[in-house]
Amino acid sequence: MTVFAFYLFALCTIVGGLFTVISRNPVHSVLWLILAFLSSAGLFVLLGAEFVAMLLVIVYVGAVAVLFLFVVMMLDVDFAELRAGMAKYMPLALLIGVILLMQLGMAFGAWETSEIAATQLSAPAPLAAETQNTAALGLLLYDRYFLLFQLAGLILLVAMIGAIVLTLRHRQDVKRQNVLAQMYRDPKKAMELRDVKPGQGL
Amino acid sequence: MADFFSTPLGTFVIILAQCLAVLGFVMISLLFLVYGDRKIWAAVQMRRGPNVVGTFGILQSVADALKYVLKEVVIPAGSDKAVFMLAPMISFVMSMIAWAVIPFSDGWVLSDINVAILYVFAISSLEVYGVIMGGWASNSKYPFLGSLRSAAQMISYEVSIGLIIIGVIISTGSMNFGSIVHAQDTGWGFFGWYWLPHFPMVFLFFISALAETNRPPFDLPEAESELVAGYQVEYSATPFLLFMAGEYIAIFLMCALTSLLFFGGWLSPIPGLPDGALWMVGKMAFFFFIFAMVKAITPRYRYDQLMRLGWKVFLPFSLVWVVFVSFAAKFGWFWGIFARWTTGG
Repeated sequence: MTVFAFYLFALCTIVGGLFTVISRNPVHSVLWLILAFLSSAGLFVLLGAEFVAMLLVIVYVGAVAVLFLFVVMMLDVDFAELRAGMAKYMPLALLIGVILLMQLGMAFGAWETSEIAATQLSAPAPLAAETQNTAALGLLLYDRYFLLFQLAGLILLVAMIGAIVLTLRHRQDVKRQNVLAQMYRDPKKAMELRDVKPGQGL
Repeated sequence: MADFFSTPLGTFVIILAQCLAVLGFVMISLLFLVYGDRKIWAAVQMRRGPNVVGTFGILQSVADALKYVLKEVVIPAGSDKAVFMLAPMISFVMSMIAWAVIPFSDGWVLSDINVAILYVFAISSLEVYGVIMGGWASNSKYPFLGSLRSAAQMISYEVSIGLIIIGVIISTGSMNFGSIVHAQDTGWGFFGWYWLPHFPMVFLFFISALAETNRPPFDLPEAESELVAGYQVEYSATPFLLFMAGEYIAIFLMCALTSLLFFGGWLSPIPGLPDGALWMVGKMAFFFFIFAMVKAITPRYRYDQLMRLGWKVFLPFSLVWVVFVSFAAKFGWFWGIFARWTTGG
C-alpha cells in the first residue's frame, strides 16, 4: 500500500514538474506546479514528516503559489510570439546549460564529507512513537539552532523592508479614509440644526 | 466476520464505510443548512421563505439540487474548458476532505493525526484555488475581478486565523483535535472551555472565518451589486451547484472548528450531563445560526476597509495575543488556565 502511494505521488510530482516546464500557458504552468507541490507533500507524509508536509502545503501552495497565480493571471503576454524567438536563443541556452552541468559535476567530483557529518548522519533518530514531529523540530529550531534561526528571520526581515522601501510611493493627491478620526468625531460638533425661515435662507 | 475485517480488504471496507458515513452526514446537513439559512434570512426580513416543497418547505433544497443536476451545463466559448470544469470540483472536494480529521465525539474521527489543525488550515488555504481558477477560466471581467479579490482576501485572513490557532495550540501543547477538546474538559463545564481564556480571539476567529468563507459582510468576491456574482457568473447547472455546496460545507467546517477550538467540541456544557456527538452537532448548528444571522443583519464591507481590518487590526491584535498567551502559559498566570498540558495530551 505504501509502495503504491509512493509511486502515485512520485509519478504526480514528476508529471507536474514536467508540465510546469513544457505547458504553453503560464497559468497552466502554475497549476501543474501546485500539483507537484501537493504530491511532494504526500511524499513527506510517507516519510513520516507530516509537519513539514503540512508546512509545504500551507506556505508554498496556500500562499506563494497563490501570489504566483495572482501575478501570472494578470500578465498579458503573447506567448506564441515569445516562443517564436526560441530557436534563436537555443545555442546560447544549451551552452549555459552544459557549462552549469560541468560545474556541478566538478563540484560533486571534488566532494568530501567531513567526519562530523558522518557521525551526525549515523546518530539515531528519535523514535516516531515517542517524539512528535512538531515537538522535535521545535526543540531543534528554538533550542539548539536558536541563533541561526533568528539570523534567518533577520535576513527575511531585511529583504522585506528592502522591498517595501523600494516600492512604497506615498501619494499625497488621493483621499484616504482615517477610520480613527471618523470614529472619534463628536456628533454635536459635526452637525448643526438651523431653523431656516421660508424665503430667507441662511 | 471478525476475521474478514482484519484483512486488508476488510480494513478498506471499514474505512470506506466510515468515509461514506461522514460524507452522508455532511451532505444531508448541507441540504438542511441551505434551507435553514434561507428560512432564518427570511424570518429576519419578515418574509416566509421557502414553504412550498414538502412540509414547511423542508424539501426545497432537495428540489433545488435536482433542478441544478438536470439543467444544461453551459460552457463559455472563450473559456479555458479544462480549468473551467476543474474549478468547481476543487472547490467541492477541498471543503469535503477537511472533514477527515474533524472528531464528532471521543474517537469518532476518520483520521486521528497529530497535525490535525495544520491539515485543516492547509486545506482551507487550498479552497481559494477553486475561486481563482473559476474566475480566471471564465475569461470574463467580473469573474476575474472576483477571483483577484478572493485571492487577496483569503491570504490576508488566513494569517490572523493561523495566529489565533497558534494561541490555542500553545495552551494545549498539541495540534490534535482530540487533545484540544480533552484539555477543555476541566470539570467546570461551560466555563472550563477555551472561550474564556481566549475570549477576544473567539470573535476574531469568527470574523476571520466569515472572511475566509466569503460570507457576508465579506462576500466581496461575489458581490452582487458590483460584480454581479463574481467568480460564479459564467457557471450553471452542476458546476454551480458544486460551488455552492463547497461554500456551504466550508462554512459548516468553520462552525465545527469554532466549536472544537473554543467551545469544547463534544463536551457537555453542564457538568454531570453525558458528553457526546449530539453536543457537537448542536454547537455546530448554533454557530451556523449565528453565521446566518450575520448574513441577514450586516451590510457589506468596502474592499479597502476589509484589507485594513485584516492587516491593521486583526494581525497586530492576534500577534500580541500569541505573545501574551505564551507568557501566560509559560509562567502559569491566571491560575494556569492558559497552560493545560497536564490535563491534555
